Amino acid sequence: MEIFVTALTIFVLAIFVGFEVITKVPPTLHTPLMSGSNAISGITLIGAIISAGSQHTTLTSILGVCAVVFATINVVGGFMVTNRMLHMFKKKGN
Amino acid sequence: MSSYIINIAYLIASVLFILGLKGLAHPRTAVRGNLTGAVGMLIAVVVTLWHRQIISYELIIAGAVVGSLIGATLAIKIQMTAMPQLVALFNGFGGGASVLVAGAALVESSGMIAASMTQTTIATVASGIIGTVTFWGSLVAFGKLQDIMPSGAILIPGRHFLNALIGAVAIVLGVLIVMNPEATTMYWILVAVSSVLGVLLVIPIGGADMPVVIALLNSYSGLAAAATGFVLSNNVLIIAGSLVGASGLILTNIMCKAMNRSLTNVLFGVLGPSDEATTADEIYGGKVKSTSADEVAMLFDTAKRVTIVPGYGMAVSQAQHAVRDLTNLLESRGIEVDFAIHPVAGRMPGHMNVLLAEANIPYDKLKEMDEVNSTIEQSDVALVIGANDVVNPVARTDPKSPIAGMPIIDVDKARTVVVIKRSLSPGFAGIPNPLFAADNTLMFFADGKKAFIELVEAVKES
Repeated sequence: MEIFVTALTIFVLAIFVGFEVITKVPPTLHTPLMSGSNAISGITLIGAIISAGSQHTTLTSILGVCAVVFATINVVGGFMVTNRMLHMFKKKGN
Repeated sequence: MSSYIINIAYLIASVLFILGLKGLAHPRTAVRGNLTGAVGMLIAVVVTLWHRQIISYELIIAGAVVGSLIGATLAIKIQMTAMPQLVALFNGFGGGASVLVAGAALVESSGMIAASMTQTTIATVASGIIGTVTFWGSLVAFGKLQDIMPSGAILIPGRHFLNALIGAVAIVLGVLIVMNPEATTMYWILVAVSSVLGVLLVIPIGGADMPVVIALLNSYSGLAAAATGFVLSNNVLIIAGSLVGASGLILTNIMCKAMNRSLTNVLFGVLGPSDEATTADEIYGGKVKSTSADEVAMLFDTAKRVTIVPGYGMAVSQAQHAVRDLTNLLESRGIEVDFAIHPVAGRMPGHMNVLLAEANIPYDKLKEMDEVNSTIEQSDVALVIGANDVVNPVARTDPKSPIAGMPIIDVDKARTVVVIKRSLSPGFAGIPNPLFAADNTLMFFADGKKAFIELVEAVKES
């Protein structure tokens, strides 16, 4: 239970941090913010890596490897496409 | 590597995620913010490879290579006009990964002597439901945006009852799993039921409401990751997931405000004409004036300021480059050109900005709605391309209209309005637009891109 309460504390505080950090986003950045934050939500990748690598049973390995594929698409694609978009904004913007 | 070092690395990654998101919210720091986030991710992934449970790397490498290739190809090849469906797809994959990881953790913990704690199982159930709804909801959104399935609202009779019923079944299944975590099959039944729920929740939402849905699914993909963090007792998942959850909610809120509708109304309400609505014939009858490229070019001859108002139609006809050509041409003749961007124009938050940036239009020309509205009277020509509901003055004048109170771009106050549109068909709200019949409005019936190419030719000749 103690671990759970610690986790809950971190969860609630992180949500507040999120609301405080992201204020007044200019509309130009709505899409990049979404795709960039989406790439960060691909953090599940590390859970997927542990599942795929621990070889507990065949089933968990299959689930793990599928999760690694899904999460890597999310992470790699998300960061790259955000970078591509932001560079378009930069070309003439500054 | 000891778990202390791994956890310290996760802490560093979490800090980098926070700094990255902060950077992404400001124009000057956005590129660096994105890279900061990516570095955080790299650190988290690399130290995880030393996790004591990992005994083999083949599957990890295989999965990572396949995923990276697919992700990179999509990111490099995708056309900017297809960005909404790509973002939807990525959201979905994130949610899907969370479901699988939570499922694998449940299978691993079953049969162990220290059976998983109740709160862990609750988190597994939450991850299963939220992640699956995100996955299927995103796939439906992708299908609608990619025109694989009808993009409008698909309304199933009794859908509220059906959704409530399926939601209740999912909760009952969840409780059963919590009471008996050994029954792992139940988890996959839960996933199946949540899949139906995810599809049903997004199917009735169409067209112009897409920006809200995509922002919301973005938030869900974060919450699913956070729930998986509870399952694995992994703080970096919890932190990163809740940050994304919060940022998605902020965007969702911005989108709802821009339509003057509540989130509940967007998700469960139906936007459509009321019974007593005036018909299109009454409004348009004999009052619509159509125009041609040459006539509009003559308007430009005397104009000092032109305001371009893009909508989803610009994305559909891929007109952004032609729009840029006309902008440059007009500016070379000393005309001031700016762009009025409605927050929900297009199919995702910031859609128009991305397209215009792709066409190399500097972002200081892209004006927000309030800024434009305060000076729109000074515009000689307002050029509307493929926008409809966001320039419908009914939002200001008719309190009974389905879009009543929605903030709009007041193009009707410009000296002359030119609307480029293929026909008089209504926008997503399904109501006629009196702007098209206004005294100072000229209708240029054409495909957006074609119209702009013709305009460029006509201006060059004049």
